[in-house]
Amino acid sequence: MIKARVIVTLKNGVLDPQGKAIEGALRGLSFSDIGSVRQGKVFDLELEGADKAKAEAELKEMCERLLANTVIENYSISIT
Amino acid sequence: MKSAVIQLPGLNRDRDMIAALTKISGQAPVTVWQTETELPEVDLIVIPGGFSYGDYLRCGAIAARMPVMKAVAEKAAKGVLVIGVCNGFQILLEAGLLPGALMRNASLKFVCREVKLQVANANTAFTRAYAPGQIIRCPVAHHDGNFFAAPETLARIEGEGQVAFRYAEGTNPNGSINDIAGIVNGAGNVLGLMPHPENLVEAAHGGTDGRALFESVLGRAA
Repeated sequence: MIKARVIVTLKNGVLDPQGKAIEGALRGLSFSDIGSVRQGKVFDLELEGADKAKAEAELKEMCERLLANTVIENYSISIT
Repeated sequence: MKSAVIQLPGLNRDRDMIAALTKISGQAPVTVWQTETELPEVDLIVIPGGFSYGDYLRCGAIAARMPVMKAVAEKAAKGVLVIGVCNGFQILLEAGLLPGALMRNASLKFVCREVKLQVANANTAFTRAYAPGQIIRCPVAHHDGNFFAAPETLARIEGEGQVAFRYAEGTNPNGSINDIAGIVNGAGNVLGLMPHPENLVEAAHGGTDGRALFESVLGRAA
Protein backbone atom coordinates (compact mmCIF):
# COMPACT_ATOMS: atom_id res chain seq x y z
CA MET A 1 0.00 0.00 0.00
CA ILE A 2 1.34 3.39 -1.00
CA LYS A 3 0.04 6.54 0.64
CA ALA A 4 0.24 9.80 -1.24
CA ARG A 5 -0.75 13.39 -0.73
CA VAL A 6 -1.61 15.69 -3.62
CA ILE A 7 -1.74 19.43 -3.02
CA VAL A 8 -3.51 21.62 -5.57
CA THR A 9 -3.01 25.38 -5.43
CA LEU A 10 -3.98 28.31 -7.63
CA LYS A 11 -1.25 29.51 -9.96
CA ASN A 12 0.45 32.80 -9.20
CA GLY A 13 -1.41 35.65 -10.81
CA VAL A 14 -4.80 33.90 -10.62
CA LEU A 15 -7.15 35.89 -8.41
CA ASP A 16 -8.19 33.95 -5.30
CA PRO A 17 -11.25 35.69 -3.88
CA GLN A 18 -11.71 33.02 -1.21
CA GLY A 19 -8.12 33.44 -0.03
CA LYS A 20 -8.69 37.21 0.06
CA ALA A 21 -11.83 36.77 2.16
CA ILE A 22 -9.98 34.49 4.61
CA GLU A 23 -7.15 37.00 4.74
CA GLY A 24 -9.64 39.75 5.64
CA ALA A 25 -11.25 37.58 8.31
CA LEU A 26 -7.87 36.79 9.87
CA ARG A 27 -7.04 40.50 10.00
CA GLY A 28 -10.43 40.95 11.68
CA LEU A 29 -9.23 38.50 14.36
CA SER A 30 -6.30 40.86 15.00
CA PHE A 31 -3.68 38.80 13.09
CA SER A 32 -2.39 42.07 11.71
CA ASP A 33 0.98 40.80 10.41
CA ILE A 34 -0.58 38.66 7.67
CA GLY A 35 1.00 39.14 4.24
CA SER A 36 -1.42 37.12 2.14
CA VAL A 37 -3.52 33.93 2.16
CA ARG A 38 -4.06 31.55 -0.75
CA GLN A 39 -6.54 28.70 -0.48
CA GLY A 40 -5.85 25.26 -1.96
CA LYS A 41 -6.96 21.63 -1.79
CA VAL A 42 -5.42 18.49 -0.29
CA PHE A 43 -6.14 14.94 -1.50
CA ASP A 44 -4.94 11.94 0.49
CA LEU A 45 -4.84 8.78 -1.62
CA GLU A 46 -4.07 5.14 -0.96
CA LEU A 47 -2.81 3.07 -3.88
CA GLU A 48 -2.46 -0.69 -4.17
CA GLY A 49 1.02 -2.12 -4.74
CA ALA A 50 4.52 -1.05 -3.74
CA ASP A 51 6.00 0.39 -6.95
CA LYS A 52 6.56 4.05 -6.09
CA ALA A 53 7.67 5.06 -9.58
CA LYS A 54 4.53 3.57 -11.09
CA ALA A 55 2.42 5.24 -8.40
CA GLU A 56 3.99 8.61 -9.06
CA ALA A 57 3.34 8.34 -12.79
CA GLU A 58 -0.28 7.40 -12.09
CA LEU A 59 -0.74 10.23 -9.62
CA LYS A 60 0.63 12.69 -12.16
CA GLU A 61 -1.88 11.48 -14.71
CA MET A 62 -4.69 11.76 -12.13
CA CYS A 63 -3.68 15.38 -11.51
CA GLU A 64 -3.51 16.23 -15.21
CA ARG A 65 -6.81 14.53 -16.04
CA LEU A 66 -8.98 15.35 -13.03
CA LEU A 67 -7.59 16.52 -9.70
CA ALA A 68 -6.23 19.83 -11.00
CA ASN A 69 -7.44 22.22 -13.65
CA THR A 70 -4.05 23.12 -15.09
CA VAL A 71 -5.46 26.29 -16.69
CA ILE A 72 -5.59 27.85 -13.22
CA GLU A 73 -4.00 25.37 -10.81
CA ASN A 74 -0.62 23.81 -9.97
CA TYR A 75 -0.21 20.49 -8.20
CA SER A 76 2.44 18.75 -6.15
CA ILE A 77 2.67 15.06 -5.27
CA SER A 78 4.33 13.54 -2.24
CA ILE A 79 4.55 9.81 -1.58
CA THR A 80 5.04 8.68 2.00
CA MET B 1 -33.95 21.43 -36.45
CA LYS B 2 -33.04 18.29 -34.54
CA SER B 3 -31.48 18.87 -31.15
CA ALA B 4 -30.29 16.90 -28.14
CA VAL B 5 -30.19 17.97 -24.49
CA ILE B 6 -27.60 16.27 -22.28
CA GLN B 7 -28.78 15.20 -18.83
CA LEU B 8 -26.56 14.58 -15.81
CA PRO B 9 -27.34 14.23 -12.10
CA GLY B 10 -27.62 17.70 -10.58
CA LEU B 11 -28.44 19.56 -13.79
CA ASN B 12 -31.75 21.33 -13.20
CA ARG B 13 -32.23 23.74 -16.09
CA ASP B 14 -32.84 21.00 -18.65
CA ARG B 15 -36.64 21.48 -18.50
CA ASP B 16 -36.34 25.16 -19.37
CA MET B 17 -33.97 24.33 -22.24
CA ILE B 18 -36.27 21.61 -23.60
CA ALA B 19 -39.23 24.03 -23.45
CA ALA B 20 -37.29 26.77 -25.26
CA LEU B 21 -35.96 24.43 -27.96
CA THR B 22 -39.39 22.89 -28.51
CA LYS B 23 -41.08 26.28 -28.77
CA ILE B 24 -38.54 27.83 -31.11
CA SER B 25 -37.68 24.89 -33.37
CA GLY B 26 -41.14 23.29 -33.33
CA GLN B 27 -39.57 19.95 -32.45
CA ALA B 28 -38.87 18.49 -29.03
CA PRO B 29 -35.18 17.71 -28.40
CA VAL B 30 -33.94 14.21 -27.69
CA THR B 31 -32.66 13.82 -24.14
CA VAL B 32 -29.39 11.94 -23.64
CA TRP B 33 -28.27 10.54 -20.28
CA GLN B 34 -24.66 10.85 -19.12
CA THR B 35 -23.84 7.15 -19.57
CA GLU B 36 -24.60 7.11 -23.32
CA THR B 37 -21.55 6.63 -25.52
CA GLU B 38 -23.22 7.63 -28.77
CA LEU B 39 -25.37 10.58 -29.73
CA PRO B 40 -28.16 10.60 -32.32
CA GLU B 41 -27.80 12.56 -35.57
CA VAL B 42 -28.69 16.12 -34.54
CA ASP B 43 -27.94 19.69 -35.66
CA LEU B 44 -27.47 20.98 -32.12
CA ILE B 45 -26.34 19.55 -28.77
CA VAL B 46 -27.12 21.54 -25.62
CA ILE B 47 -25.65 21.09 -22.15
CA PRO B 48 -27.99 22.96 -19.81
CA GLY B 49 -27.32 24.62 -16.47
CA GLY B 50 -27.52 23.37 -12.92
CA PHE B 51 -25.15 21.90 -10.38
CA SER B 52 -23.89 18.64 -11.87
CA TYR B 53 -22.42 16.36 -9.21
CA GLY B 54 -23.10 19.03 -6.61
CA ASP B 55 -20.23 21.16 -7.98
CA TYR B 56 -17.87 18.73 -6.21
CA LEU B 57 -14.12 19.17 -6.88
CA ARG B 58 -14.70 22.04 -9.36
CA CYS B 59 -17.89 23.10 -11.15
CA GLY B 60 -18.36 20.76 -14.11
CA ALA B 61 -15.20 18.75 -13.38
CA ILE B 62 -16.86 15.38 -12.73
CA ALA B 63 -19.51 15.81 -15.43
CA ALA B 64 -16.82 16.55 -18.02
CA ARG B 65 -15.34 13.06 -17.45
CA MET B 66 -18.61 11.16 -18.02
CA PRO B 67 -18.94 8.91 -21.10
CA VAL B 68 -21.44 11.17 -22.89
CA MET B 69 -18.88 13.99 -23.01
CA LYS B 70 -16.58 11.89 -25.14
CA ALA B 71 -19.46 11.49 -27.57
CA VAL B 72 -20.10 15.26 -27.46
CA ALA B 73 -16.41 15.91 -28.22
CA GLU B 74 -16.58 13.55 -31.22
CA LYS B 75 -19.65 15.36 -32.59
CA ALA B 76 -18.05 18.75 -31.97
CA ALA B 77 -14.96 17.65 -33.91
CA LYS B 78 -17.25 16.83 -36.83
CA GLY B 79 -18.70 20.36 -36.77
CA VAL B 80 -22.02 19.71 -34.97
CA LEU B 81 -23.13 22.83 -33.07
CA VAL B 82 -22.79 22.62 -29.28
CA ILE B 83 -24.08 25.10 -26.68
CA GLY B 84 -23.25 24.98 -22.97
CA VAL B 85 -25.18 27.31 -20.69
CA CYS B 86 -24.00 28.13 -17.15
CA ASN B 87 -22.96 24.75 -15.67
CA GLY B 88 -22.93 23.56 -19.29
CA PHE B 89 -20.28 26.22 -20.03
CA GLN B 90 -18.26 25.05 -17.03
CA ILE B 91 -18.51 21.45 -18.28
CA LEU B 92 -17.32 22.42 -21.79
CA LEU B 93 -14.29 24.19 -20.29
CA GLU B 94 -13.48 21.25 -18.02
CA ALA B 95 -13.80 18.92 -21.02
CA GLY B 96 -11.29 21.02 -22.93
CA LEU B 97 -13.77 21.92 -25.68
CA LEU B 98 -13.38 25.63 -24.91
CA PRO B 99 -10.34 27.61 -23.66
CA GLY B 100 -10.04 29.20 -20.23
CA ALA B 101 -11.65 28.53 -16.85
CA LEU B 102 -14.54 29.76 -14.71
CA MET B 103 -13.74 30.68 -11.14
CA ARG B 104 -15.68 31.72 -8.03
CA ASN B 105 -17.43 35.09 -8.51
CA ALA B 106 -15.19 37.95 -7.38
CA SER B 107 -17.90 38.99 -4.91
CA LEU B 108 -17.96 35.42 -3.50
CA LYS B 109 -21.75 35.69 -3.74
CA PHE B 110 -24.24 33.72 -5.80
CA VAL B 111 -25.73 36.19 -8.29
CA CYS B 112 -29.26 35.83 -9.60
CA ARG B 113 -30.31 38.88 -11.58
CA GLU B 114 -30.70 40.36 -15.03
CA VAL B 115 -27.64 41.71 -16.84
CA LYS B 116 -27.02 43.51 -20.11
CA LEU B 117 -25.04 41.69 -22.78
CA GLN B 118 -23.35 43.11 -25.82
CA VAL B 119 -23.16 40.90 -28.90
CA ALA B 120 -19.39 41.10 -29.31
CA ASN B 121 -19.32 38.99 -32.48
CA ALA B 122 -22.50 38.77 -34.55
CA ASN B 123 -20.77 36.63 -37.15
CA THR B 124 -21.02 33.28 -35.37
CA ALA B 125 -23.47 30.41 -35.88
CA PHE B 126 -25.04 31.38 -32.54
CA THR B 127 -25.29 35.17 -32.88
CA ARG B 128 -26.04 35.92 -36.53
CA ALA B 129 -29.68 36.79 -35.83
CA TYR B 130 -28.46 39.65 -33.61
CA ALA B 131 -27.08 42.96 -34.88
CA PRO B 132 -23.35 43.59 -34.33
CA GLY B 133 -22.85 45.32 -30.99
CA GLN B 134 -26.52 44.89 -30.06
CA ILE B 135 -27.25 45.19 -26.34
CA ILE B 136 -29.66 42.59 -25.00
CA ARG B 137 -31.13 41.70 -21.62
CA CYS B 138 -30.43 38.28 -20.14
CA PRO B 139 -30.75 36.64 -16.70
CA VAL B 140 -27.78 35.10 -14.88
CA ALA B 141 -27.79 32.75 -11.89
CA HIS B 142 -24.41 31.40 -10.79
CA HIS B 143 -21.71 31.26 -8.15
CA ASP B 144 -18.75 30.46 -10.39
CA GLY B 145 -18.92 32.57 -13.55
CA ASN B 146 -15.71 34.53 -13.24
CA PHE B 147 -14.03 33.85 -16.59
CA PHE B 148 -10.26 33.61 -16.58
CA ALA B 149 -7.69 32.76 -19.23
CA ALA B 150 -3.89 33.02 -19.25
CA PRO B 151 -2.64 36.16 -21.09
CA GLU B 152 -1.62 34.32 -24.27
CA THR B 153 -4.93 32.40 -24.39
CA LEU B 154 -6.89 35.58 -23.75
CA ALA B 155 -5.01 37.36 -26.56
CA ARG B 156 -5.93 34.52 -28.93
CA ILE B 157 -9.60 34.50 -27.88
CA GLU B 158 -9.83 38.26 -28.37
CA GLY B 159 -7.75 38.32 -31.55
CA GLU B 160 -9.74 35.58 -33.27
CA GLY B 161 -13.13 37.08 -32.45
CA GLN B 162 -14.00 34.19 -30.13
CA VAL B 163 -15.76 36.44 -27.62
CA ALA B 164 -19.45 36.11 -28.51
CA PHE B 165 -20.99 38.06 -25.62
CA ARG B 166 -19.72 40.61 -23.11
CA TYR B 167 -21.40 42.00 -20.01
CA ALA B 168 -22.35 45.58 -20.89
CA GLU B 169 -23.21 48.84 -19.19
CA GLY B 170 -21.35 48.00 -15.98
CA THR B 171 -23.38 44.86 -15.30
CA ASN B 172 -20.45 42.38 -15.07
CA PRO B 173 -21.82 40.27 -12.18
CA ASN B 174 -18.78 38.11 -11.43
CA GLY B 175 -15.48 39.84 -12.21
CA SER B 176 -14.91 38.10 -15.56
CA ILE B 177 -11.79 39.27 -17.35
CA ASN B 178 -12.60 41.70 -20.22
CA ASP B 179 -16.31 41.40 -19.24
CA ILE B 180 -16.43 38.06 -21.08
CA ALA B 181 -19.84 36.36 -20.78
CA GLY B 182 -19.64 33.85 -23.62
CA ILE B 183 -17.04 32.45 -26.02
CA VAL B 184 -16.86 30.17 -29.04
CA ASN B 185 -14.11 27.70 -29.90
CA GLY B 186 -11.61 28.28 -32.70
CA ALA B 187 -13.76 26.43 -35.23
CA GLY B 188 -16.81 28.47 -34.20
CA ASN B 189 -19.17 25.53 -33.61
CA VAL B 190 -19.02 25.34 -29.80
CA LEU B 191 -20.49 28.14 -27.64
CA GLY B 192 -20.32 28.47 -23.88
CA LEU B 193 -22.03 31.24 -21.94
CA MET B 194 -22.96 31.95 -18.33
CA PRO B 195 -26.26 33.83 -18.94
CA HIS B 196 -29.50 31.93 -19.58
CA PRO B 197 -30.96 32.87 -23.00
CA GLU B 198 -33.48 30.00 -22.67
CA ASN B 199 -35.18 31.96 -19.90
CA LEU B 200 -36.01 34.97 -22.10
CA VAL B 201 -37.73 33.54 -25.15
CA GLU B 202 -41.43 34.37 -24.76
CA ALA B 203 -43.59 37.29 -23.63
CA ALA B 204 -44.46 35.52 -20.38
CA HIS B 205 -40.74 35.61 -19.46
CA GLY B 206 -40.86 39.40 -19.61
CA GLY B 207 -38.87 39.59 -22.82
CA THR B 208 -37.62 37.66 -25.83
CA ASP B 209 -34.00 38.81 -26.15
CA GLY B 210 -32.67 35.25 -25.83
CA ARG B 211 -34.68 33.97 -28.75
CA ALA B 212 -32.34 35.18 -31.49
CA LEU B 213 -29.57 32.92 -30.19
CA PHE B 214 -31.68 29.85 -30.95
CA GLU B 215 -32.98 31.39 -34.19
CA SER B 216 -29.37 31.89 -35.31
CA VAL B 217 -28.83 28.14 -34.97
CA LEU B 218 -32.19 27.38 -36.57
CA GLY B 219 -31.20 29.49 -39.58
CA ARG B 220 -28.07 27.42 -40.13
CA ALA B 221 -29.75 24.06 -39.58
CA ALA B 222 -32.69 24.83 -41.90
